[in-house]
Amino acid sequence: MQQFLDTTLGGLVLGAVYAAFALALCLIWRSTRIVNFAQAAMAMVTTYIALSLINADVPYWVAFVAALAAGFGLGALIERVIIRPVEGKAELNAVILTLGLFMVLHGLTAITFGVQHRGFPAPVSTNAIEVGDTSIGITPFGILSIVVVAVVMAGLVVLFRFTDLGLRMRASAFNGEVSRLLGVRVGRMLTLGWALAAAVGAVAGMLIAGGDLVNPSFMDPFVIYGFIAAVLGGLDSPLGSVIGGLILGLSLSYVTGYVGEHLAPLVALGILMVVLLVRPSGLFAAAAARRV
Amino acid sequence: MERLRSLLRPVTSVPLARHVLVALIALVVAMAVIGSSSQYLQTRYAEMAYFAIAAGGLTLLTGLSGQLSLGHGALMAVGAYAATLVLERAGGETLADVFLALLTAIAVCAVVGVVVGVPAARLHGPYIAGATLTLAVAVPRLANQWEALGGEQGLQVPVPRASELPAWIQDLIWFFTAVEIDQYSFLAYLGWLLLAITFVALANLSRSRVGRRWRAVRDDDVSAELAGIHLGRARVVAFTVSAMCAGLAGGLMAMNVRLTAPGAFTITLSLTLLAAVVLGGLGSLTGALIGAGVLAFLPHFATDLGESLGFSATQAAEVTPVVYGLVLMLVILLAPAGIVGSLRPLLARISSRTSSLGATKEKTP
Repeated sequence: MQQFLDTTLGGLVLGAVYAAFALALCLIWRSTRIVNFAQAAMAMVTTYIALSLINADVPYWVAFVAALAAGFGLGALIERVIIRPVEGKAELNAVILTLGLFMVLHGLTAITFGVQHRGFPAPVSTNAIEVGDTSIGITPFGILSIVVVAVVMAGLVVLFRFTDLGLRMRASAFNGEVSRLLGVRVGRMLTLGWALAAAVGAVAGMLIAGGDLVNPSFMDPFVIYGFIAAVLGGLDSPLGSVIGGLILGLSLSYVTGYVGEHLAPLVALGILMVVLLVRPSGLFAAAAARRV
Repeated sequence: MERLRSLLRPVTSVPLARHVLVALIALVVAMAVIGSSSQYLQTRYAEMAYFAIAAGGLTLLTGLSGQLSLGHGALMAVGAYAATLVLERAGGETLADVFLALLTAIAVCAVVGVVVGVPAARLHGPYIAGATLTLAVAVPRLANQWEALGGEQGLQVPVPRASELPAWIQDLIWFFTAVEIDQYSFLAYLGWLLLAITFVALANLSRSRVGRRWRAVRDDDVSAELAGIHLGRARVVAFTVSAMCAGLAGGLMAMNVRLTAPGAFTITLSLTLLAAVVLGGLGSLTGALIGAGVLAFLPHFATDLGESLGFSATQAAEVTPVVYGLVLMLVILLAPAGIVGSLRPLLARISSRTSSLGATKEKTP
């Protein structure tokens, strides 16, 4: 029972981080119909920027905000310079392009910061909370992770639902041509979508790194887990991404806890295949028709 | 000259005969080059051969059938482990053991290819990319799960001894190159022989009805289905053929590296193969060969470049993936058809110009 509770709580924390990551992928998919396979590498870069600041005695939360800002800038830059030429082209081109970007960012980080493992601090304790005599399987940092992800999600909901900017972003994603006729700067909205997504990814990177070791490969599993969580929720639906992230986090936590750590990616592959074959539009997306 | 042309016509007009002829000439040249090379270069040529086999399979899948696979690193891992296990059981020192191991690798990968290819046939674009990328991460880690696969340390691969080879092969090699065969040159010869056989098979397949079906499915799946092509079957066949190539490449890689461990089959390996076929030009076997050459020889130059820039050894090793990534991005942004695809219209223009010049000459007098 104790182990089940621990695994579940661990899975929830993991799921919250996957959810943030899936949310970032979903934001980009909604605005440009591209799956950004370089998302994890971009988040890894911003995490390293935060780490260098922290090592230079900058307070944790200032570094956190700096990582967010760096993510925002990096996302905007990448969209303007690299992604813009392939928007609306064959979908294979965008996939290959973001994979190339993944390799470049990965290698450049390794060259700049070295490949050795480095400790990454956490703002709060990463020891399990004790209730009475028994320790339960969640840490203050885990609770903080869930809270931060919830805040980010709430912020995005407010942005998209209740602000004029959010309305314009939704309009450009829904129909670029018509929005342009109505005076929306669609190009800017797409850039903003990428920038926001990269900032959300940066948050996920900070949460994954906190209290753990980082090296240039530490985000690699999230390339696939974020993608699977997003597909689980239907790529198009932000709420779906979050629920998909939680489902994936819990499933992988149970597999790691009860079966074996090394089988987790295979189980993730199984989940992905089942979802794609049974409900290709994801668990929460409105059904859409695609030819053949 | 005219007589020679008429004698050669049966050869040049039948695709199989033409492919075999080209492969034989290329093979003789490759043997001569390998025989006169240093041990270091022989290892590079052997590496180029197995990369080219894997890239050939991948370029067939992506360029002809239109399915992207980022899981070929995983399929190479399957082939490598299958070959290693057979070599371990059989002793692995004779030529028969080597071929048994490679055939097993191909067979196992064919089965895996069907298993993966059936669901993959229904996916497209980013979905198939994500699914095969997951495969690339998941499969090599299975080695950590089961003791028989050697865990993180991996399995040692017994190396075939050159002295155990049949006498006629040793004589043949000596006759052609005037150098005794040793285990390094043996692996290079073996790699290039299998590369020639694989490429003839793939070239023939792509010229055949099967290849035409793949192109039809790639270009317009609705029309292809209306024309009576079973979409799923065509895609699964393409994936299986491609997986068999990856299996053979994996088996050869195991013998060359002499250690089969999960650390060798990273995401980077799969992405590297993709870089090779995208650089050469999707769908072109010549392009795959060029790309494989880059894969085998670039790391050395890139590491040298890194060290001359003042990087440490571990940093310099990271220059190679950066170059591959840049190659992927630049080719997609600037020349989506790759090297061979970009040169093709140029060559066509040159040849059409010369022939049109010839035509005007005949007219003027």
